[in-house]
This record gives sequence, C-alpha cells and structure tokens, in this order.
Amino acid sequence: MQIPVPQLGSIRSLVRSGAIQRLLAFGALIVIFIFFSLASPQFLRFGNINGILIATAVVGVLALGETFIIITAGIDLSVGTVMTLAAVMTGAAVTNMGLPIPVGIAAGIATGGLAGLANGVLVARFKIPPFIATLGTLNVARGLALVISGLAPIYFTSTPEFNRAIMGSILGGIIPGASIPNIVLVMFAAAIVAAFVLSKTILGRYTYAIGSNEEAARLSGVNVDAWKAAVYALGGLFAGLGGVLIAARVNSAQPALGFGYELEAISAVVIGGTSLSGGAGSILGTVIGAFIISTLTNGLRIMSVPQEWQIVVIGVVVILAVYLDIVRRRQQL
Amino acid sequence: MKSNRLLTILAAGALTLAACSSNTGASGGAAASAGAKPYIPVISKGFQHQFWQAVKQGAESKAAELNVDITFEGPATESEVDKQMDMLQAALDKDPDAICFAALDSQAAIPLLEQAQQAGIPIIGFDSGVDSDIPVATAATDNIAAAALAADKMAEAIGSTGKVGVIVHDQTSRTGIDRRDGFVNQMTEKYPDVEIIGPQYGGGDQLKSTDLAKAMIEANPDIKGFFGANEGSAIGVVNAVNELDMAGDIVVIGYDSGQAQIDAINSGLMLGAITQNPIGIGEQCVDAAVKAINGEPVEKNIDTGFFWYDKTNIDDPEIQAVLYE
Repeated sequence: MQIPVPQLGSIRSLVRSGAIQRLLAFGALIVIFIFFSLASPQFLRFGNINGILIATAVVGVLALGETFIIITAGIDLSVGTVMTLAAVMTGAAVTNMGLPIPVGIAAGIATGGLAGLANGVLVARFKIPPFIATLGTLNVARGLALVISGLAPIYFTSTPEFNRAIMGSILGGIIPGASIPNIVLVMFAAAIVAAFVLSKTILGRYTYAIGSNEEAARLSGVNVDAWKAAVYALGGLFAGLGGVLIAARVNSAQPALGFGYELEAISAVVIGGTSLSGGAGSILGTVIGAFIISTLTNGLRIMSVPQEWQIVVIGVVVILAVYLDIVRRRQQL
Repeated sequence: MKSNRLLTILAAGALTLAACSSNTGASGGAAASAGAKPYIPVISKGFQHQFWQAVKQGAESKAAELNVDITFEGPATESEVDKQMDMLQAALDKDPDAICFAALDSQAAIPLLEQAQQAGIPIIGFDSGVDSDIPVATAATDNIAAAALAADKMAEAIGSTGKVGVIVHDQTSRTGIDRRDGFVNQMTEKYPDVEIIGPQYGGGDQLKSTDLAKAMIEANPDIKGFFGANEGSAIGVVNAVNELDMAGDIVVIGYDSGQAQIDAINSGLMLGAITQNPIGIGEQCVDAAVKAINGEPVEKNIDTGFFWYDKTNIDDPEIQAVLYE
C-alpha cells in the first residue's frame, strides 16, 4: 500500500517525538483488553476491572517516581523496600504511638521523601553510581522496616478508618454502582501531579536536561547536583505514598513485603516508553505500562494460564518494549 | 516502511500471547465456569517450592478422582501478601464453586473472604489456614505436636543434656512460630538439662541458614545437635556440618523432605526429620471443598498428620508415600 508523502512526513515526526511508542503501548493495551474480553467471559466484568485497577495502584505510584529518576538516566532500586519502610512508619505512628491517621500518612510519605533524598545525596554529592547507591538504600530500608516493626506485621485493627479512607469508595457514593475504591483515584491524582511537574515545572525541564546531556546542563549553569537530589527525593515521596497505599490495602504494615516491587515499577516505566539511557519518557506512558503489566497478569490468571507462563509473558513484553525503544532510537539517528 | 517493522513487532507480541493462551486450552481451565464440572481455585502460599508442588499433586489427583476442575497458584514469595489478594480477587471473579485458601496474612484477606461468604462460596483453609471462622474446614498439620516430637527425638539422641541449636525459617509465619515454640517449649519443659542456642532465623534460605549454623557452631564448639524447622533451614545445617567436617559429631534433625534431606538421612549426615503429609493436605482440602459444594458435612479441623522418619523407616511404603523429592 502506498502512503501519501505528507502522511509519511507526519509519521516521521511522530517517531521523532517519541509519541509512537506511547501510541504503541496504548494500542497494545487495547489489543490485550480486546483479546482477553474475547477469550474469557469473566474478564470484562466490573468486579474484575476493579481488581485490575486496584492491583495497578501501588506499583503504578512507585513507577511514577521511578519515571523521573530514569529520565535523568539514573535508576532507583530502593522504591520497593522504601515503600515497605514507609508503610511500617505509618503503622508505627498510627498503631504503636496512637497518633492521628493524617499524621501517620504524613509520616509514611515523609519517610519516603527522606530515603529518596538520601539516595539523591549519595548519587549527586558523593558520586556513587545510582545502581549501587540505591541498592544500598534498598537494604537499609529493608532492614530498618524489620527493626522498627519488631519483625512482625503492624495491624491497623483499632483504626478501621484508615483502611476505609483508602479502600472505601467516594466515587461509589456519588455514582451508585461505580464503587471504584479511593486507592485508584489516589493513583490517578498522583499521576496528574507527576505529569504536571514533569511537563510544566523547572524540575521537570531539568529532569529531561540532565538525562539528555548532564555535562551540557552543567555548563549552561544548571545546578545539576541539587536538581538531581531533588529528583530522587521526589521519587522517594511517591514510594512513601505507595507505602501508605499498600498498608491500607492489606490493612497492615508487612515488614517483609516489597522486595522485588522495584523491578515491577521499572518494568512499567520501560514498557511505557521511557528510555533507560535517559532524556526521554512520559508519565502517561508509565501509567499505560503499569496497566499493561497488571492487565496481562490478571487476564492470564482469569484464563488459568499456569503461573510459570505468566512470568514468561511479562518478561517477553519487557524485552519487546526495550527493543522498540532501541528501534526508535536508531531511527532518530 | 520502518513503521511496518514496528507493526511486525507488535504482531509478534500478540502472537506470543495467543501462543500462551492456547496452553490453557490444554489444561481446560478456560472452560471452567462454562462446563458442568465444579470449579475450585486452590490458592496456596507459594508454587515453586517442592512442598507446594506436592500439595498441588495431591489436589490435582483428588480433583481428577472427584471429577472437578481446579487451578493451583500462589505468590512467588511468602511475603507477597498483596499479590495473594490479587489472586484471591481474580479467583472470586471466576465464579468458583468453592475456594481452597492458605492465607499468608489472615487479617489482610478477611474482606475478600467475607465477600466470598456473602456470595455463598465455601472457603476451605489448608496448611496454615485462615485465622477466622469463615472457613468451613481447615486441612493442616499440627506443627506444635510435630515439632515437639522432633524435640523428643533430639533429646533421645543426645542423652537429654547439652546444647542444641535451632534454625527457623521466619519469626512471623504461623508455621515458623508453631514449630519454634513446639520444639523449644517441649525441650525446656521436659528436658531441663538441654540448653537451646538461638533460635536464629534464616528465611528458609539454604545459604543463609548454612552461615547461621556455622556461626553458631563457632560460638558453641560443644553444640551437640541442630533442629532445622523447614527444608531450607535443615539443608543449611547439613551443609554447615559438612563444610566444617563435623559429620557424626552433631545430631541434625530436619523438617519436611526433598531430595537433599532424603540423601542426608540415607548417608547418616542427618538423624531424621519430621514430614508433614503435603500430598494429603492437597487431597484433603479438595475433598472437603467438594463435600462443602455438595452440602455434605465436613469436619472443621482436618488433621492431615505427620510422621517421624529416619534411616530405619525411610523405605516403608507409608513414609515413601508422603515424601517428595
């Protein structure tokens, strides 16, 4: 089939703008949805879609912060266990110390921010490679979560409002039947904030600048160290929010949970078209990436595909996404 | 032209999916709700470990015998409470006739279990079960009694006096707590001359447990015995004793089976071990689920039993039937 010349030009510019992978990711999500809807009568039910939304929320929020860090050409391996530490801090504040729930939530988010700031200082000030610095933080946070929790889950049994606030449904109260829990709304709200920061603020612009060419950014007068530290701190805040969400979801702070979640967050970011070599990426892509993973997992589960194979499929999707990124990059040259 | 290539890749992705889904056709899971056969999802605490594979084997053979469809799944690690909840949620969405469930954290699962109860779906607990009155039955090992038996065997082997190290997989799970307390309490109450070293926790990881055991031996050169509270812990102890060339000097008692423990018992490195009946756990929970579906009475607490096995009885058919490799 012949493609008219002007259209070819617009495809080229689409490829160049990086929008194509986001488009492809979105297209892939639609294809996955259609496929599972046809394959299983249970897939499109409200309860199941609701299940997918809930399953996406925590990893989705972790992936938002991870997007910023990966755009700077960095990586944060600590988001999973920092999430755990934040959950434990929320539990310690609310259950062990009897503080009000908003204080507990603030404690969780602040813990994440502090851990992120520590990552940022290690990476930007002490020049420790992000992979190593955040691997260190991963273990520190994992250990501290065990220490502070006293090696046992902290339950929110005396404060059922906490679970209700996040797993309840404001939306269901407004629109009868649409009982999508608040945790999902929190994820979308966090995504909107993240998208705004990334595309409309100085922090966002410098995030791209540092990732595209750190030296050029430095030479043009950007205080790269400070902004980089800020990006890691921001990533930590999202991990902290993730901690609050998972604590409410399982109605307890589980000190052993969280290891391995960083890889899911990174997978979501990469599937969403953010380049691991930095300088390119978007929040919308990450949200789509997170939904691709959770929809695939859910759909394969609904179809009773053996679990071993579910893992294989997710791995193949990640490799495909990275390959697409490489193809796109080659075309840009 | 280049965008054609991208499309090709996308198509390849779709094909991968299709290929994987054709897999389900074979296992018959997709037709679960449509067919006349009752459907029972079995949600365990893991799937990679040999123990869970043995539970799965039992569940599948009972399902074939009773002509029901089952699926078996569990999270990759025993800390992934939220992943298990996703599995339970998806299981509920498949309109099952009953659910077999081994909760990683009972409290976290209660809201979903209440949902199942409201929908009239009977829940059968297995292994560590569910800490609530929602399950109509629970098929499990009495871990406290089993670990107490291990303590008796240990005391007998070391003459009821001396130091005994204890390595447990974790301090938060029901099985970890019960086996630790079952062993330690029996020792302190019945054999006051035995000194307990530890308990130390190795996460059920062989390598970590090896390092722990070596450190405990270095610190207590006169240690006379070790109890490893699960497969990984026990193999860790065996490795430590081997690496320090102290085979024969230290009495090792393990838990569960697996090829490494069976070999260690046959070669004399390990005195013996407690085995649960994982195949029986799988059979009993599916059996109870089918009874519940048919409205037949089920026993609330199904004791699936445990056995002591050592060199003398390892080849008995009764023992061979419950060991897994």
